[in-house]
Amino acid sequence: MLVAVENLTYRYQDRKQSRTALEGFHLHLNKREILGLVGPNGSGKSTLLKILSTILPPQTGKVEICGYDAVRHSAAVRERIGVVFQRSTLDRLLTVEENLRALGVLHGLQGRALLERIQAVLELFHLVDRRHDLAGTLSGGLLRRAELARAFLHEPRLLLLDEPSTGLDPTAREDFWQALLALRDAAGTAVLLSTHLFEEAELCDSLYFLAQGRLAAQGTPEALLAAVGGDVITLRSARPEAAEACLREQFQLHPTLREGALYVEVPQAHTWIPRLVEALPEVEEIGFHRPTLADAYRKFTTAPSAQEAAA
Amino acid sequence: MSLLLRATGVLLTREWLRFWREKARVAGFAAAPLLFWLVVSLGFNDFGRFFTGSIALSLMFAAVFHNMTLIDDRKEGFLSQVLVSPAPRAALVLGKATGAASIATLQGAVFLLFLPVAGFHPDIFAFLGALAVLFLIALVFTLLGFVCAWQMPSTQAFHAVVNLLLLPLWMLSGALFSLREAHPLMQGAMQLNPMTYALSLVEFFLRGRAAIAPATAAAILFSWVAVLLFVAVRLVSRRPHAAA
Repeated sequence: MLVAVENLTYRYQDRKQSRTALEGFHLHLNKREILGLVGPNGSGKSTLLKILSTILPPQTGKVEICGYDAVRHSAAVRERIGVVFQRSTLDRLLTVEENLRALGVLHGLQGRALLERIQAVLELFHLVDRRHDLAGTLSGGLLRRAELARAFLHEPRLLLLDEPSTGLDPTAREDFWQALLALRDAAGTAVLLSTHLFEEAELCDSLYFLAQGRLAAQGTPEALLAAVGGDVITLRSARPEAAEACLREQFQLHPTLREGALYVEVPQAHTWIPRLVEALPEVEEIGFHRPTLADAYRKFTTAPSAQEAAA
Repeated sequence: MSLLLRATGVLLTREWLRFWREKARVAGFAAAPLLFWLVVSLGFNDFGRFFTGSIALSLMFAAVFHNMTLIDDRKEGFLSQVLVSPAPRAALVLGKATGAASIATLQGAVFLLFLPVAGFHPDIFAFLGALAVLFLIALVFTLLGFVCAWQMPSTQAFHAVVNLLLLPLWMLSGALFSLREAHPLMQGAMQLNPMTYALSLVEFFLRGRAAIAPATAAAILFSWVAVLLFVAVRLVSRRPHAAA
């Protein structure tokens, strides 16, 4: 076990009120595993990553990385982790190589070993011809690659990535993921990343769905998808509440209403659509699709009271 | 060589690289205090009177305001990287302090080119002694700036707080009026001011005479460095980090 988080709780204390960012949270991560934390802003992803990267101390519970307690042995933990923050942390007035050298020294690398590692990560992330460019002159995609190169310089056993593809165009995101997968395959590095992009979540080995600081569901992307039965019909009505009631009473279905749209899981969705259009009030838009991770997330994070009501 | 020293070295080098690459800072870094000295000296028709005071002014401002880069480091994220590295926290303080102090010393040292104009003719030992004192002064004020900047949310807030601090420190240092001529109340305030001892030491090396015994002044300045270093390291070792 590379990472073990047990019963972790974290509250931000403001002057007058406290806000719970994480509540009774558990997490386990193995070597070579790519684990995605999925949730909207404010779901506790960034707080968890800050605690794992030793920036914040856990208030209750236990955090162990590579067998070291994150509080008592924070220096040993820091030697073994590489962190990519949401924003770029490279010094924009230094070249790519100077940035790598500085951070390499801070991680205890020196001499020939440092030079060899710099060369290796520059090659791995296709940055050799950019080594003398100032970090401030790099495009978003290149900057992200340089960040990953920097985080991997000291060959960490665990990479912590906070929304790593923020601001990347699709091609740059693809490059980034190829580099990440290559890293995992070459060195057995485990990766813990947070994302709110479901297409990115699909690429992970396993997923943790977070909602309001709690674990809503966990499993492989396939298992989470399989939890959504059949197809998903999405419909919009001028009177969504009335349509929802109609779906429950007339059709005995269990719809969820989110942001004005109704989602309902049914087998063989195409056979249902004509009937629904006939029966429901003022349908403005209707369609169906195979379930996606977004549907799975919606299913698992619907408030329990709503789920009970539906049941 | 320990990780502390190597990490300090690499952070010090970074300060110089950044300074060198920001051309505006290189161009403007010595001009303002020199201009101040020139104007005031021409006004009083005395190039010696405000010479050491102008060096002090230049060093103080350069050293303290260099710490705005600490707030930038936090905003630009570089600081987070240092904080999640296994390098000792003290390296962060020492790297920034020695980097900023050496840059500020260079700024103050530009004045030493004008020694003959101001009527000073120190020998080589006195010259080197003065240079060492400039570094010591810069170190005190860099650390003072570091302690303030670490706790400030923005460069604007830092600017406001530090301005409130710097001018009184300069005015009560002996740069404007001497310790001996001042009102007893003022003398008390001046004796608490590290700049009083700093200026007295510079005077000792350049003029050959000083208001305060050089050994006493040096001991007091070293004590200031030790105390401020202790406070700064304690601050950066504290959890959770304001920086993150």
